[in-house]
Amino acid sequence: MTPHPRTRENKASADRLGRLLNLVPYLLARPGILVAEAAAAFGITERQLREDLELLWVCGLPGYGPGDLIDMALDGDRVTITYDAGIDRPLRLNPDEALALVVALRMLAETPGTGSRDAVERALAKIEHAAGDVADTPVAVRLPADSQRVDAIRGAVERRHALRLTYYTAARDETTERVVDPMRMLMVGPRAYLEAWCRRAEGTRLFRVDRIDAFTELDEPAAPPAQAVPHDVSDGVFHPSPDLPLVTLRVGRGSRWITEYYPCEDVRRDGDEWVVTMRVTDLGWAQRLLLGLGPDVTVVGPVELVDRIRAQATTALDQYATAPPVTA
Amino acid sequence: MSRTRTERLVNLVICLLSTRRFLTAAQIAATVPGYEHDPEDPRDHEAFQRKFERDKAELRELGVPLETGLASAFDTEPGYRIAHREYALPDIPLEPDEAAAVGIAARLWQHAGLAAAASSGLAKLRAAGVEVDPQATLGMEPVMTVDPAFGPLTAAARARRAVTFSYRVPEVDEPSTRRLQPWGVVCWQGRWYVVGHDRDRDATRCFRLSRIVGAVRPVGAEGAFTPPENVDLISHVARWSGPVERNGRATVVVEPGRAAGLRRLAIETVPGPDGDRLTIPYSDVEWLASRLVGYGAEVRADGPPELRDAVIQQLKEVVARHERVLPAVAR
Repeated sequence: MTPHPRTRENKASADRLGRLLNLVPYLLARPGILVAEAAAAFGITERQLREDLELLWVCGLPGYGPGDLIDMALDGDRVTITYDAGIDRPLRLNPDEALALVVALRMLAETPGTGSRDAVERALAKIEHAAGDVADTPVAVRLPADSQRVDAIRGAVERRHALRLTYYTAARDETTERVVDPMRMLMVGPRAYLEAWCRRAEGTRLFRVDRIDAFTELDEPAAPPAQAVPHDVSDGVFHPSPDLPLVTLRVGRGSRWITEYYPCEDVRRDGDEWVVTMRVTDLGWAQRLLLGLGPDVTVVGPVELVDRIRAQATTALDQYATAPPVTA
Repeated sequence: MSRTRTERLVNLVICLLSTRRFLTAAQIAATVPGYEHDPEDPRDHEAFQRKFERDKAELRELGVPLETGLASAFDTEPGYRIAHREYALPDIPLEPDEAAAVGIAARLWQHAGLAAAASSGLAKLRAAGVEVDPQATLGMEPVMTVDPAFGPLTAAARARRAVTFSYRVPEVDEPSTRRLQPWGVVCWQGRWYVVGHDRDRDATRCFRLSRIVGAVRPVGAEGAFTPPENVDLISHVARWSGPVERNGRATVVVEPGRAAGLRRLAIETVPGPDGDRLTIPYSDVEWLASRLVGYGAEVRADGPPELRDAVIQQLKEVVARHERVLPAVAR
């Protein structure tokens, strides 16, 4: 459904009115500012800003004489407000604005490894005070507090040095050494990640901080190449691509949680169980996961995986055919 | 809307900010450019009234605190004014590092609605003279995602208004309808929850926002309940505190070069004739047994006996389940 043209027009006009009410105090606080700089701050073109100024110029106090109208000095490409007609301050924060800023600051204050937690908390107190009642937001935030390792890695990232990592890759169940060029650190859900250019894989990779078993800060500077582009993690970290193998499971009630924990392609009820289809990066990983999931999960396909799981479990059982060893 | 309407609204705001007396619609029409009309002509007058109503609605939508009241005891029509102290954002003396933190916070939202609110809030702070460095970073950025229910639930908690929603837990297929007096919303370990009084269970409950299906609907009047004083929302969601005590010691033999994930857990590794002998601390036997079973024949649990037994039991179950002839799953 496309929005009604008039609604869209009204939205644009409301945006402009809000901008104009901000513009006067903004300029008032910055006498002689470049028109281009002000336009950039408001995300509009210089031409739009000049149109805004022309409009404000004919607005003012009742009487609307020369001494009543908003006045300004336009000196080439600089502007100074000389009379504000009473709109010397921006509007108060509305509840949504206060919520968005206050919750984001609470989140920042809780995030391990932010260098200036103290500054975040001071900022939060001031914003809450200025917003008054509307900042009385019933939202609490608590993130994992283990920040030692995060702090150590962040230090190296901020010094812009390349790192040698000892990293555990769960998908292949291997621990490898690699040299990376750090780009940024981020927190997605409960987990901290280092995003870096991996010289071995020649690609941008997200490294889970809890799987970095050791690291060395190298003397050489971090130099991610031009093609090192950060991931879009707004929708989570794992995005199964359609060429990954599909695995089909029968899942009982007790293990139904896995459908909330792992991204699934399909979940269907079948009697007392559910038939679940998911994409996995690696059949070896799937085997390790599914073997250990317990009596509620049966692998249905691919047949190759079913055979592997049965063969693995049978071979493993053979190890226990003899009596337990006597522990010295 | 046209430039003339924007102009009229700016003038209306300035006019109502400058007056201490309440001004009636007629007085405003006689003062502010753009409202000229003939009050004696019913159609002209009605057009003015519609225009004035729209303008008031637009100002309120923007958050302009429009006050109504009577200018004097002799007036019969309500008047309007805007109190400067209600209108104006108070002074926020932010230090440069504080301003940087606010700038970063405003960029964190990935949710379109909250991102827009954060950036319009930031625009007001800048208009108040705060200088925000758009390049600043804090070294670690949380990626903030919220479920669609976040907006309606925070609004309802703020208004102290009950809500109803469909809730689906993974163990049950059919969502059930829940009625809740929401006290507040909590982010715990990266997941969002709402805490409140469940009106059907008559008890405190928390619900995961990602399990809410469809819309959250407000029910009844605002201010309908009072949350307990000094309620600690987090404590209702946090289910454990402190680290797990791993007092058990397992002995596991691993093929050389295999089972890297288990080696990471070991506190001691001794090479032996049949593989590397790992000592792994654990707290829950079944949990460790599941991990070991995942590695199949690459590992062997040597002790303690209850771990060995748990592994054997789980392996037998795996074999039994996968030996059944399973019907092909039709899609």
